[in-house]
Amino acid sequence: MYAATVFLPLIGAIIAGLFGRLIGDKAAGWVCSGALLLSALLAVPMFIEVAVLDNPRDVELLTWIDSGTFEVSWALRFDALSAVMVLVVSFVSAMIHVYSIGYMAADKSVPRFFSYLSLFTFFMLALVTANNFLQLYFGWEGVGLASYLLIGFWYERPAANAAAIKAFIVNRVGDFGFALGIMAVFFLFNSVGFDTVFAATPGLADETFNFLGWEVDALTTICLLLFLGAMGKSAQLGLHTWLPDAMEGPTPVSALIHAATMVTAGVFMVVRLSPMFEYAPIALAVVAIVGASTAFFAATVAMVQNDIKRVIAYSTCSQLGYMFFAIGVSAYSAAIFHLVTHAFFKALLFLASGAVIHAMSDEQDMRKMGGIWRAIPITYGLMWTGSLALAGMPFLAGFYSKDIIIESAFAAATGVGQYAFWLGVIVAALTAFYSWRLILMTFHGAPRADEKVMAHVHEAPKTMWIPMVVLAVGAIVMGKLGFDVFVGEGARAFWRDSIVVLPAHTALEDAHDVPLWVKLLPLVVALGGIILAYIFYMFRPALPGLVAGRFRAVHTFLVNKWYFDAIYDRVFVSPANAIGLGFWKSGDGAVIDGIGPDGLAAATRELARLAGRLQSGYVYHYAFAMLIGVAGLVSWYLFQQAG
Amino acid sequence: MSDWPLLSLTIFLPLVGAGFILTIRGDAEIVARNARYAALWTSLITFVLSLAIWANFDTSTAGFQFVEKANWIPAYNISYHLGVDGISVFFVLLSTFLTPLCIISSWQAIQDRVKEYMIAFLVLETLMVGMFCALDFLLFYVFFEGVLIPMFLIIGIWGGSRRVYSAFKFFLFTLTGSVLLLLALLAIYFEAGTTDVPTLMKTVFPRTMQLWLWLAFFASFAVKVPMWPFHTWLPDAHTEAPTAGSVILAAVLLKMGAYGYLRFSIPMLPQASAYFTPLIFSLSVIAIIYTSLVALAQDDMKKLIAYSSVAHMGFVTIGIFTFNVQGIEGAIILMLSHGVVSAALFLCVGVLYDREHSRDISHYGGLVHRMPKYAVVFAVFMLAAVGLPGTSGFVGEFLALVGAYQANTLVALLATTGVVLGAAYMLWLYRRVFYGRRIRDHLKEIVDLDKREIAVFAPLVALVLWIGIYPAPFLDAIHASVVGLIDQYEAANAIKAATGPARP
Repeated sequence: MYAATVFLPLIGAIIAGLFGRLIGDKAAGWVCSGALLLSALLAVPMFIEVAVLDNPRDVELLTWIDSGTFEVSWALRFDALSAVMVLVVSFVSAMIHVYSIGYMAADKSVPRFFSYLSLFTFFMLALVTANNFLQLYFGWEGVGLASYLLIGFWYERPAANAAAIKAFIVNRVGDFGFALGIMAVFFLFNSVGFDTVFAATPGLADETFNFLGWEVDALTTICLLLFLGAMGKSAQLGLHTWLPDAMEGPTPVSALIHAATMVTAGVFMVVRLSPMFEYAPIALAVVAIVGASTAFFAATVAMVQNDIKRVIAYSTCSQLGYMFFAIGVSAYSAAIFHLVTHAFFKALLFLASGAVIHAMSDEQDMRKMGGIWRAIPITYGLMWTGSLALAGMPFLAGFYSKDIIIESAFAAATGVGQYAFWLGVIVAALTAFYSWRLILMTFHGAPRADEKVMAHVHEAPKTMWIPMVVLAVGAIVMGKLGFDVFVGEGARAFWRDSIVVLPAHTALEDAHDVPLWVKLLPLVVALGGIILAYIFYMFRPALPGLVAGRFRAVHTFLVNKWYFDAIYDRVFVSPANAIGLGFWKSGDGAVIDGIGPDGLAAATRELARLAGRLQSGYVYHYAFAMLIGVAGLVSWYLFQQAG
Repeated sequence: MSDWPLLSLTIFLPLVGAGFILTIRGDAEIVARNARYAALWTSLITFVLSLAIWANFDTSTAGFQFVEKANWIPAYNISYHLGVDGISVFFVLLSTFLTPLCIISSWQAIQDRVKEYMIAFLVLETLMVGMFCALDFLLFYVFFEGVLIPMFLIIGIWGGSRRVYSAFKFFLFTLTGSVLLLLALLAIYFEAGTTDVPTLMKTVFPRTMQLWLWLAFFASFAVKVPMWPFHTWLPDAHTEAPTAGSVILAAVLLKMGAYGYLRFSIPMLPQASAYFTPLIFSLSVIAIIYTSLVALAQDDMKKLIAYSSVAHMGFVTIGIFTFNVQGIEGAIILMLSHGVVSAALFLCVGVLYDREHSRDISHYGGLVHRMPKYAVVFAVFMLAAVGLPGTSGFVGEFLALVGAYQANTLVALLATTGVVLGAAYMLWLYRRVFYGRRIRDHLKEIVDLDKREIAVFAPLVALVLWIGIYPAPFLDAIHASVVGLIDQYEAANAIKAATGPARP
């Protein structure tokens, strides 16, 4: 029964993948959506049983790898944490499946799309229900694969292909750390099962081991290695470059994978491993600093993007930063809370932007939009709802989840916490600014598209806007509904053992008692951001250009996304190709073969040539050689005699 | 069934089939047809026989099973001695599993001298299986070197345009190794008075002698693996070999070297193996990084896969020399996986070569438009090569790395970079061949996989997923022998530590 929740999407994926052509586009779409809706439906009693009635359980399926002490099974863990994740993933995924029926209707490979989308959901559910490191890694790589396939879904486009490969490889760089982390876990704990490892962690808190010749704190090293994996998947500073490019994929993909679920896998992973991270304070500090820096970086870049989806992509990156710095101050449940609310409002924003793109005949550049809010009022309203929730306006989802994170950072009362708090406040202002910049540029002002496009502007079909409305309801009520259970009075009783927080780490409890100015500050700056956006893009449209001209250096820096891509290309990509070619031509060709087989062959040939030259055919040559030979022999004989 | 000489039957049945094909006479067309069917049936029956070996295999013991022993040259104490254990049993199966697939894949690709081709393949099968079963060093040597003869012929007669250069290069590399292995064999014989492998495993050779013998073994095995820098024959041999030749070369012949380490170097020369471990680790790490980068720069599909083989075998040799359960079991699983995956990838290239007669990556592009089934099949094997969890490649690679981490963190760290580079060159290959705006004009008429080709790929896909998702039946069978090998290695080095001086 519980396993069905996880495996239904896989069944849907297989049916659509193998028999898609046979059953046709419509059927394939509905088979997958049906499987997902059923999966989401089954997740509800599971959630009640596991999380509300406190009956966590592990479902063993099959032995996977059994090599000496390295024993791993396929097993599904259902506890409060994974129940929340399963519910959110299956629910949001079901909505996006339904939306895709409308959005992808005109595409020529609909079954393939649904097959990939359902396959992704299966991997994501396998990821969140893992009960050991290796299965976590299985889901982890699996969602990476699905993401690769979906980003490159339109394989005719070179940009989509490049983005797909980039996503996979940048993620692999993170996985490099993740894999090493798992190896280190096995080395230290002699197991990769969560239960065994978590039980042994407190006893190994001050353990050191030798890593690359240095004696280092074992847990800190392991946690940092694992966090590298989380940084890759959740697009944190340094390994974020794939996420904006991933917007080459169809919009429902961006909503499901690159906003609501997959990119939050990193956050989920660290929360799942809270029993380890709690004993590695340095690692936690790193998580907080990386998270806060990413939040700031991505928000600054989002302010100057012109592609509607890229703005939201950077926004996602930034919001993930929030979640990480919450983790960094041990406010794990706040991170999950924000993860859940974010899944709703960000999926909504993406789907709404998809509806805009749909309406604008596949235009994504906001500079070519404007003046369409009257033509598509439902989408417009949904975009407002999503943005209000994102900006943390009172009583919407973001208001509860984002503020508790910022307050926790303040309440942590550490240097790292202060860093995160102030950046968090600044980012709240930036978030509001770029959100309203998006709304105003897209919907208001004079129409900048040509007449043909403008004549076509139309509201989305039912299959598209109904899921959006459902998500919008979530974006409105999830904060209020979840606050008490996730981070308030009921939190301890709800999460129980699935999240471990040391008694000394009280940031989340203290967050409820911070001074009033701390509680109000995010709201005030967000309102400021909105007002500023109105001034810039509604009342004084000349201002943006003026400011950009005044601060040319800063603007260029932001437009070039802090030059990450350029530097990576210069430092890693080009040299790798050059070195590979060099190794091949000079290493293999000149040195190894030159000295080895070819050299030997050349030497033999040279010898043969010299020997051949002696046989000139002239009698006097031979006679001369004979004379020399005779002379030599005679002399040798005489010397012997003399000696 | 257990009192049948199952191993001898499996070894020599293909030879009988080859003899039968030799007698086929008549019209050229009919000869070719009959030769194909005779070879196919022979190899299929051989495969079924080898399945009986697995079915009756006792997973609880580390010792040799299905042992057959008969006097061969009694005056010199040399016998015809066969047997399999957990380390060798799956290589026997791999050989018998792939031979029928090779024969099916050559059904249309080979049109001249079909009879001789089929005979060469069946003889090759006899020699491969014999090599993995031999428990007498001389017998092993005969099979080990004998394998090269049909392989030479297959490359030399049915190969591509530069086949002479390739065969010549291969010859120069292997000859050196073979001569030294023969010398080592003689030295062992004069020291121990026997060539019986189980007896030799119990013999303790003096330390200095171990070192020399180890180097002589190394010269032969490292070329076969191939380890960097003895690998340059491989890309050339692969590019010139016909598809089925590449398949056997990559899937089985490359395993001979690694098998040699497991069967001979470690149990017979444990102290020398410990002493030379840093050398193996260094060369393997270089192989992984170096050849992965080289693979990135290739324009020829077969060369790219050949270089990736060298990188994968780097993980194998690291795993073997970790001397722990995960490392060695991972290495064996990775060898099996690579046997299946590289075979499948070469078959995939063969599919294109049969249609277009080009291996250039730039010749293709946008194939997914015309060949969707083929694109899916290729993707499965590409992902297995990249080591995606759930495929066979992951289980072997990850276990080998887990083993490596326990032996040496730096080696594990550097080897793990191969995981990133591997993804880069495989995905880049896939993109250039399959994706793109539209099919290129000269590929407009290219057709997707037919039934025969699907029949070849289906069992390979099944095996990749089976080993990836439920490798327990394989690991169970391997386990006892690996533990036995490690115990033996540790016991030998413990004696040394107790009595002799520390390593110089």
